[in-house]
Parts: sequence; C-alpha cells; structure tokens
Amino acid sequence: MPGITREEVAHLARLARLDLKSEELDHFAGQLDDIIGAVARVAEVADQDVPPTSHPLPLTNVMRADEVRPSLTPEQALSGAPAHEQQRFKVPQILGED
Amino acid sequence: MNSIIRLTAAETAARIASGELTAVEVTEAHLARIEAVDEKVHAFLHVDREGALAQARTVDAKRAAGEKLGPLAGVPLALKDIFTTDGIPTTVGSKILEGWIPPYDATLTKKLKAADVVILGKTNMDEFAMGSSTENSAYGPTGNPWDLTRVPGGSGGGSSAALASYQAPLAIGTDTGGSIRQPAALTGTVGVKPTYGGVSRYGMVAFSSSLDQGGPCARTVLDAALLHEVIGGHDPLDSTSIDAPVPPVVEAARNGSVAGMRVGVVKQFRGEGYQAGVVQRFDESVALLKELGAEIVELDCPSFDLALSAYYLIAPSECSSNLARFDAMRYGLRVGDDGTRSAEEVTAITRDAGFGDEVKRRIMLGTYALSSGYYDAYYGSAQKVRTLITRDFEKAFERVDVIVSPTTPTTAFAIGERADDPMAMYLADLCTIPTNLAGNAAMSLPCGLAPEDGLPVGLQIIAPAMKDDRLYKVGAAVEAAFVERWGHPLLEEAPSL
Repeated sequence: MPGITREEVAHLARLARLDLKSEELDHFAGQLDDIIGAVARVAEVADQDVPPTSHPLPLTNVMRADEVRPSLTPEQALSGAPAHEQQRFKVPQILGED
Repeated sequence: MNSIIRLTAAETAARIASGELTAVEVTEAHLARIEAVDEKVHAFLHVDREGALAQARTVDAKRAAGEKLGPLAGVPLALKDIFTTDGIPTTVGSKILEGWIPPYDATLTKKLKAADVVILGKTNMDEFAMGSSTENSAYGPTGNPWDLTRVPGGSGGGSSAALASYQAPLAIGTDTGGSIRQPAALTGTVGVKPTYGGVSRYGMVAFSSSLDQGGPCARTVLDAALLHEVIGGHDPLDSTSIDAPVPPVVEAARNGSVAGMRVGVVKQFRGEGYQAGVVQRFDESVALLKELGAEIVELDCPSFDLALSAYYLIAPSECSSNLARFDAMRYGLRVGDDGTRSAEEVTAITRDAGFGDEVKRRIMLGTYALSSGYYDAYYGSAQKVRTLITRDFEKAFERVDVIVSPTTPTTAFAIGERADDPMAMYLADLCTIPTNLAGNAAMSLPCGLAPEDGLPVGLQIIAPAMKDDRLYKVGAAVEAAFVERWGHPLLEEAPSL
C-alpha cells in the first residue's frame, strides 16, 4: 500500500472542502499515514470470494402516499440559516459581476 | 446528598405515581444537583430549567386529574446533544452548529415527551460522536465522576457522567462504535446498544448511517429496559427502522436468569493491550455466570481481529458523505462571507473553522478511502470484512445464546493521555466495534473495580439481532448477583463530588 503524502492530504482537503492551513497539513499527513498503515490490513481479505456488506439491514425504498401534509413553515425552515432574504436561503455569489 | 437523586428511575416513577413525590420535587432536586456539581463534571452543554419544570408540572397535573401515568412519567433524563430538540439548542458538540436551534423534534425526543419523561437538558459529547473520551467536544471535556482528571469515555461521556454523578437517573446515548457501552464501562453505569434499526434515527444527527444507533443509559438494568421500551419501535420516518415490535426487554429485566443458558467467550477479546485488572474482573464475571447456572463455551471469531480496521474505513467513509451537508449555506456557522469570496470558498473556510481535528481527520480519511484507485483496497475490503464478522457472529450464535467480553480493554485513562495519538484512542473501542458492524445488540454493565486503579470495569453482553431481551435477562441476573456480593450498587463506591 502506498503511504499518504502531504500533497495528497492537500488534495483530499480540497475535495472535502476543508481550507486547511499549512501546519494542519503537516499535522494530518503524519497521522493519516499512521492510520492508513494500521487499517490497510483489511486488504488481506480482498482476494477472497466474499460478498461485501454495506449495511446490516436489507434496505428498501419507503414510499408514501402523494398527499398534502403539514410541514415546516418557511420561517421555521429558514430559522437556522446564516442569512436569508425573501423567504429564501441567501448564499454567497458563485459568478462574478461580469 | 438529597435522597431523591439516589433513587433509581423505577423507584422515582413509582413514588410519583403513588403521590409520595411530585414530578416537580424530583426535577428540582436534579436541577439543584446539576447546579451544585456540573461546573466540575461538565456533563451538560445546555440545561433547560424552565422546560423541565414545565414538563414536570404537566405530569403532576395529569396525576391530579386522575390520568394513568406511563412507567417513566416524571423521571428526569439527560439527552445527548445529537438528537434534535424543538426550541432547544442542538450542537452535536461542534462549533459548526453553535447556537443552532432545531425547528423540530427527533422521533426519540417526541417519544420521550409523549411518555412524560422530563428532559433536563443536552449532554456533552465528542464532536459529531467521533471519539472515545469526550475530549473532542468543541465545548471542553467532561470529567469522569470517579476521578475528574480522567475521561468518562466517549462519545457519550456527558450522558454517562450525568448518571454517575447523580445529575439524572436516565440518559440517552448513541453508539456507532461503542459510544454508549464504552462510557458506561468507564463510569460504572449501564449502557445498551439496541439492535440496529431498533430505535429511530430520525432527527439524530448522522455520523455513520449504517452503524449509528441510539439507546438507553441508566444506573440499573431495569431502568435501561424501561427506557428502551419508551424509545424503541418502528418509525415510518426512518427507512432503516425495523418494522417489528420491541423485544420484551422490561419483562426480561424483571426475570433475570442465566440458568441453562449457553454463554460464549471469544478468544479474540483478550491478549495484548488488555489491562490486568480488567481481565481479572472479566474472568470473575465468567466464573459468576457459571455459578449462576450458565454453560461457558469457548468461541473462535478470527475476523474480529480486523474489525477495528474495517470500522476506521467504513465510519469515516460514511461520515465524509454525511457531513457534506455542513456547507455554511442552510444552517449553522458561516465564516468569510465578506462579499469577495465564492460560495465554495466560504464553505471551505467555514468547515475549517467549524470542525475540530478528529472530524477533519475522519472526513479526509473517508474521502481517501472512497477515492478512485483506493476504493477497492480500502472501503471495498472493509465491507468484505464486515461480511466475515457477521458470519462469525452467526456461527457463534448457533452455539451460544449470548457472548460476553470485557467492554473496554482498559479502565478510564487520563484526560490528554491519548489526545494526540488517534490509533491509541481508537483501541478503546476494540471490543465494542464488531457488534456495530454486524448490527446486533449489546449491553455494558459494571462488574467491579480494577484493583490497580480502583476504577470501574465493564462487562459486555452481546445478543443476536432482535434478541435484545436476552441482554436484559442476563444483565439483570449478573447485576443482582454482583450487588448481593458487594452489598450495594457499585456506584456507591464513587467518591462524593
């Protein structure tokens, strides 16, 4: 198994939307490398003909009747939002002015 | 110490029902206890004084009106801060949800309210339930009432510490890899992880959806059973909820017995890393089970040796996905929104500021394990190990009715001792994790103090899925025998605060 490098941690942080500082990258690179090294043993069974288990229960989709029922009011739904306007979540812009 | 707070939940409910005590008196006694000791213990993140008293007044009014009260009516409870509570802050021990007040109740919260249980407040926990010590809380650690310089376990350290310090007779925890049972062991209390799907996860902030399970925490096996019946059962709002009646846990707790039962001891649950005093108390527990009429069967479950590794790939993988919702847009913290940054930049800055180290570590570990090129080697292999562990349990339960083990390899460790060594911390859940991976039920109850440090040791009982009643049947028998041997419940040996 390959070890995990500081550059890989920086890449993972970008994928995971974590704006890590330089010292955090150093800190996590060492720890993640240790953890990955320790847990890589699971690959010992990888060649075996074993079906994977993703969940302890057989899951089925639950459907409900298409009927109007009481739900949260817009005020309730927006009550935890960092910012809102005109009954909508107000989020930072994605596109520039131009 | 006020005698009301020493009562068990069952005794408290009986006295309220008979009119010997009012729910308000009981609630006030616990609120006074919280005020007196919680500055030292830090079991609570939020105490809902007014809400608790209002609930208690409702119970007293119902009784005065001649209404029949439920089995836990008027009994106070400490609720882990992972369950949403309408109008009361829910932080999950994280800065990213600091100040968030949910607009709805979790199904479990609703059931507690409907049963007239008095919710005292929300308890401290490792951030997003990630940890084995409650040191990862963004709001500071909880102390173990047996020794405040030690951890109470995690992630439900606040709930267990509230019980062990007599701030509440009942509490709720969640168990993803041992977060109910490990704190129960470290604080000398009782904790139960019900069968996966036995208690609704609706309104429980998700960490690892295929492993997370809410459950009861108490000071006695019967109290845990009474709470289990209140919170258990099918919930149409949760697609992972089992559509079957709650096993008869209260009846089992009232009729404790192991006579004629086959009890398994797994050889993989001992060896290097196990404290001598823990092994000693466990061996004594096995001898006790034999004395009480159980047949002991040695079991070999080779895949259990890989359980910790599989868990630390599966849980982070699911958490990296579940925690993507904390994006600074819809609720909670938002940092860096100064008009110059994009939504993506604000999300990344907020998540860095809002999550603690353990959460970041697991999100990145999960992102890595799920990434292209590594998926089969890590996440895929971990899922295969999960199959092997389930098969080991199935084979074992063909031969035995329950399995016993130490709950944790060691007693409570010092605050700070493992904080910078994630792998050392992860070992605390060595014995509890296989059960989460397979989805079956397990309990921890006190089995004595380790001679070398005088701290509580937990005995773990594991039962097949949907056979939760067996935990209570065995647990009640063991508890009664130990209390008779000690002359009192173990918790009475804890130092006064």
